Amino acid sequence: MKGKETVFFKNAPKILGTGCIVGKNESDGPLAEYFDERITDGRYGEKTWEQAESKFHNTALEFALKKAGITANELGCILGGDLLNQCVAASFAWRDSGIPFIGLYGACSTFVEGLALAGQFVDASSFPTAAVSVSSHFCTAERQYRNPLAYGGQRPPTAQRTVTGAGCAIVGKSDKDAPEIKCATFGCVTDSGISDANNMGAAMAPAAYETLSTHFKNTNTVPSDYDLIATGDLGEVGRKILIDLLSRDGISLGDEYIDCGCEMFDIKRQDMHSGASGCACAATVFSGYIMHGLLKKRWKKVLLAGTGSLQSPLTVQQKETIPGVCHAVVIEV
Amino acid sequence: MNMSKKEYAEYVKNLEPASPHLKNFIKAFLIGGAICILGQILLNMYMSFGLDRDNASAAVSITLIGLSALLTGFGIYDKIAKHAGAGTLVPITGFANSIVSEALEFKSEGYILGMCANMFKLAGPVLVMGISASIFYGIILLFL
Amino acid sequence: MEFLRAFLVGGLLCGIGQILIDRTKLTPARILTGYVVTGVILSAIGLYGPIADFAGAGASVPLTGFGHLLAKGVKKAVEAEGFLGVFKGGITASAAGISASVLFGLLVSVIFKTHEK
Repeated sequence: MKGKETVFFKNAPKILGTGCIVGKNESDGPLAEYFDERITDGRYGEKTWEQAESKFHNTALEFALKKAGITANELGCILGGDLLNQCVAASFAWRDSGIPFIGLYGACSTFVEGLALAGQFVDASSFPTAAVSVSSHFCTAERQYRNPLAYGGQRPPTAQRTVTGAGCAIVGKSDKDAPEIKCATFGCVTDSGISDANNMGAAMAPAAYETLSTHFKNTNTVPSDYDLIATGDLGEVGRKILIDLLSRDGISLGDEYIDCGCEMFDIKRQDMHSGASGCACAATVFSGYIMHGLLKKRWKKVLLAGTGSLQSPLTVQQKETIPGVCHAVVIEV
Repeated sequence: MNMSKKEYAEYVKNLEPASPHLKNFIKAFLIGGAICILGQILLNMYMSFGLDRDNASAAVSITLIGLSALLTGFGIYDKIAKHAGAGTLVPITGFANSIVSEALEFKSEGYILGMCANMFKLAGPVLVMGISASIFYGIILLFL
Repeated sequence: MEFLRAFLVGGLLCGIGQILIDRTKLTPARILTGYVVTGVILSAIGLYGPIADFAGAGASVPLTGFGHLLAKGVKKAVEAEGFLGVFKGGITASAAGISASVLFGLLVSVIFKTHEK
């Protein structure tokens, strides 16, 4: 039953520790208690928002290393990325670190993409351990993708808010009882013709649908085989679409299904429109909330699907449609 | 997915939560109208200082632009705009907000290539199209 | 009464803008350019003048008023100076607003920094 999109790991790459840092709106949300560091100043003591976002990586890694009980010198490599042009937040964070850095871009799916690749590296014994670190920042994303912060604009109800923060996971081999990455399904770039950059949920939902369908087929599983299925940042709109698209194929997502973008904020109270988005959305919700549940054995088998919408500000102006991508990993404890 | 791009667009449209159009209209009307009342108060005041109508109008513009710039600097204008929508976009204060917010945002990239170069990113098209239209009108007037 | 007229006309112009935001895919920048050009056209065909007389600031504060100002300026300059007026009129009439925007834009951005939302 094994399809070419799904990679099964045989040598038990494990998630040894995770760390995360979030901004003030995330700290005001329902998941606040699960995050390692909650900051109130989005500049994080730096001069620019970009520098702050870069520093998020260092903080997230520190927490993850501490929990994994290893030092930075033991890391084989760091995989990661962010939303900024040329992925500067991630790459700048690791200058002078002396650790090989592999830059990734999968928009908001980058964290899961990184987990899957780290799993592969560790599984193949290419590296003893690998860190995955991704970030996003509301203030850097707004100026790159949308309008200045002080600009008086209204956002439509389908709009999502970029998460300020970073999440990091250390993948390695261990005899310890730690969550294990079982397999990964890599998704194809899927374009369903949405061109509204304020409706990324609708642009990404078909990609999530394709990857999850493929994953269930390749692994011969159904949603109820998992204790938790989490998509990255489809938001309220994309979440509805995904549930509906799958149900048309007779696959029903039940109570085990959550979308990190819908969990991050108290959408009504915090006025967050369709929910959260950004690389850090899936990364922080996993590193904080989901990892906590795995360690406490609240969930034993988790399917994490990172979703990314792949537009750039330029392609939006050129009226191109927005392709989406989705990668999924299965984590068991 | 058994849907063409067109079908999917239609499908998504039906699932999108609707914006509260009437509420938005009323808020835009009230706040936009209020800004115009403020303009009228200022206009009357400047005229009572002895300015003629055109100069008083110019003074009103300068005052409103200054006020909007200040509110933008304090981060208040965007909070009002979130509710007001077009009510704070359409008045001259919205024009000023677009200029100040861009300048402020790109301060971190330096004064010349950041602040000055980006100041008219949003307002530039308004000036270009407005001035072009007026030139076009002037040419027509020449031939009339 | 003049306050009520300013409120109603100004409010209506903003309300129309809101309908354009909500019902069409037009971006705010496009709506604003549309307003200014519309102001020039309405002024040119002689419609905006009476509206401005009726509504006062209700017609001059919205961006259509900016278009009206440009058109009025060009008309006056072409009458006085002919061909050169085509180039001088618009900006001369709207100079106060443009200069104020530049000055306050610079001042405010030098003094303040952006706030996180």
